[in-house]
Amino acid sequence: MGVITPVGNDLDTFWQSLINGHSGVGPITHFDTTGYRTKIAGEVKDFDPADHFDKREIRRIDPFSQFFLVAGRQALGQAKIAFAPEDADNERAGVMVGAGFGGMGAFIDEVALMLDRGPDRVSPTGIPKIIANMAAGLASIENNLLGPVSCVVTACSASANAIGDAAELIRRGAADVMLAGGSEAAITTYGVAGFNQSRALSVRNDQPSRASRPFDADRDGFVMGEGGGALVLEDRDRALGRGAEIIGEIVGYGMSADAYHITLPRPGGTGAARAMKAAMADAALEPGDISYINAHGTSTEANDATETAAIKIAFGDEAYRVPVSSTKSMTGHILGGAGAVEAIVSLLALNQGLLPPTINQESPDPECDLDYVPNEARRFSGDYAMSNSFGFGGHNVALVLGSARVASTEAT
Amino acid sequence: MEKTDIETRLRDVLVTELGLDAEKINPAANFETDLDVDSLGVVELLMAMEDEFGVKIPDDEAEHIHTVGEAIDLVHQKLNS
Repeated sequence: MGVITPVGNDLDTFWQSLINGHSGVGPITHFDTTGYRTKIAGEVKDFDPADHFDKREIRRIDPFSQFFLVAGRQALGQAKIAFAPEDADNERAGVMVGAGFGGMGAFIDEVALMLDRGPDRVSPTGIPKIIANMAAGLASIENNLLGPVSCVVTACSASANAIGDAAELIRRGAADVMLAGGSEAAITTYGVAGFNQSRALSVRNDQPSRASRPFDADRDGFVMGEGGGALVLEDRDRALGRGAEIIGEIVGYGMSADAYHITLPRPGGTGAARAMKAAMADAALEPGDISYINAHGTSTEANDATETAAIKIAFGDEAYRVPVSSTKSMTGHILGGAGAVEAIVSLLALNQGLLPPTINQESPDPECDLDYVPNEARRFSGDYAMSNSFGFGGHNVALVLGSARVASTEAT
Repeated sequence: MEKTDIETRLRDVLVTELGLDAEKINPAANFETDLDVDSLGVVELLMAMEDEFGVKIPDDEAEHIHTVGEAIDLVHQKLNS
């Protein structure tokens, strides 16, 4: 697994930040926020592209792809998987990447150039920098992956879909190894302006680290994050056969649609609940088997109350027992990359026996009355976690993840 | 403008705008085979040359540029015609 996030650019730093309740949110430095309602975000820090790419690559590769490629290198390195161009099993290895936008920054720059200097002054490498599938394309080129290579664009559920879809490709025999995950780099002039106009973002500019407060009564919108997460999914027999260190298992994948509104969740949470139920059914598990839910938990008024209602529908009496936390309280919302980053959180939680908290829990909201692991990490034990991801357009995705223990020992 | 001046400025552009390796740039260097400039890079090269020297390079003339020396010659010819 690999991560580039506002709270750490490697797994250890990332995890330590989360269990210590460190926020990665601060004033926006990527551009001048004069005139913006929102002036804060969770930016990736200490990421110098020159440490990872040559000069031409830096010019040609948008940050969203850079984040995924570097997270992917971490993941492949940890998995001890490297394909050479001549390897015969290249064709059994692929990539599935989720992104909400793609190269939004590059798009903004190219359009500005076109309006300023004319259509014959835009860059010939602009389009390949912008298109949302290019993180997947670049990862296949860099790692000699010749099998299924694709991209999911389902807004904030994109990389959860990517992981689920990649697992499905392995399950049905179309691939043995899939690099899966997602990324986003939308803390840009238009990205913040656009979300501001939809009134989705927190404007708690004077208290950046307290701005993302999922499930808290004083929440006032989400905080944009950026970064990426990557996981190496491998056919179980292949992994066992080569003696790989198995971190976990994708045991359930559920999807549903709200079919309701372009940005708002369906009130009552019935859509999200169906995705959670579908994921548990896919895993052949009951609510009582789930020991942790990493919530979508965006810190918007609508999401958090609706997700809480959805958990109650899907989990019944177990809803008040199962701990639920939103690590977006610390990372901000990494949009298309969130599902992958949070699937990684879920696996780390299971394997470390530690629940990362939801920080900034100060004022209880009567509509949000579950156990959100407030403010402090907590010890626990369990073998299955659920990670929820919902996207504009009404996409609901739930993944059920199994610990290293069950992945390594259960009968096939 | 003298060819040596054009070469100096072109070298700077190739390094800063196209990210090419300064040590590999000489008049005999072939853009594709020596400097690893791909088809998209050729368009970047032409745009950078047009901006740097204030000339227009139509596609049919661009087709004849394979080496750094040929690029220098074309610019020199356009500036002195």
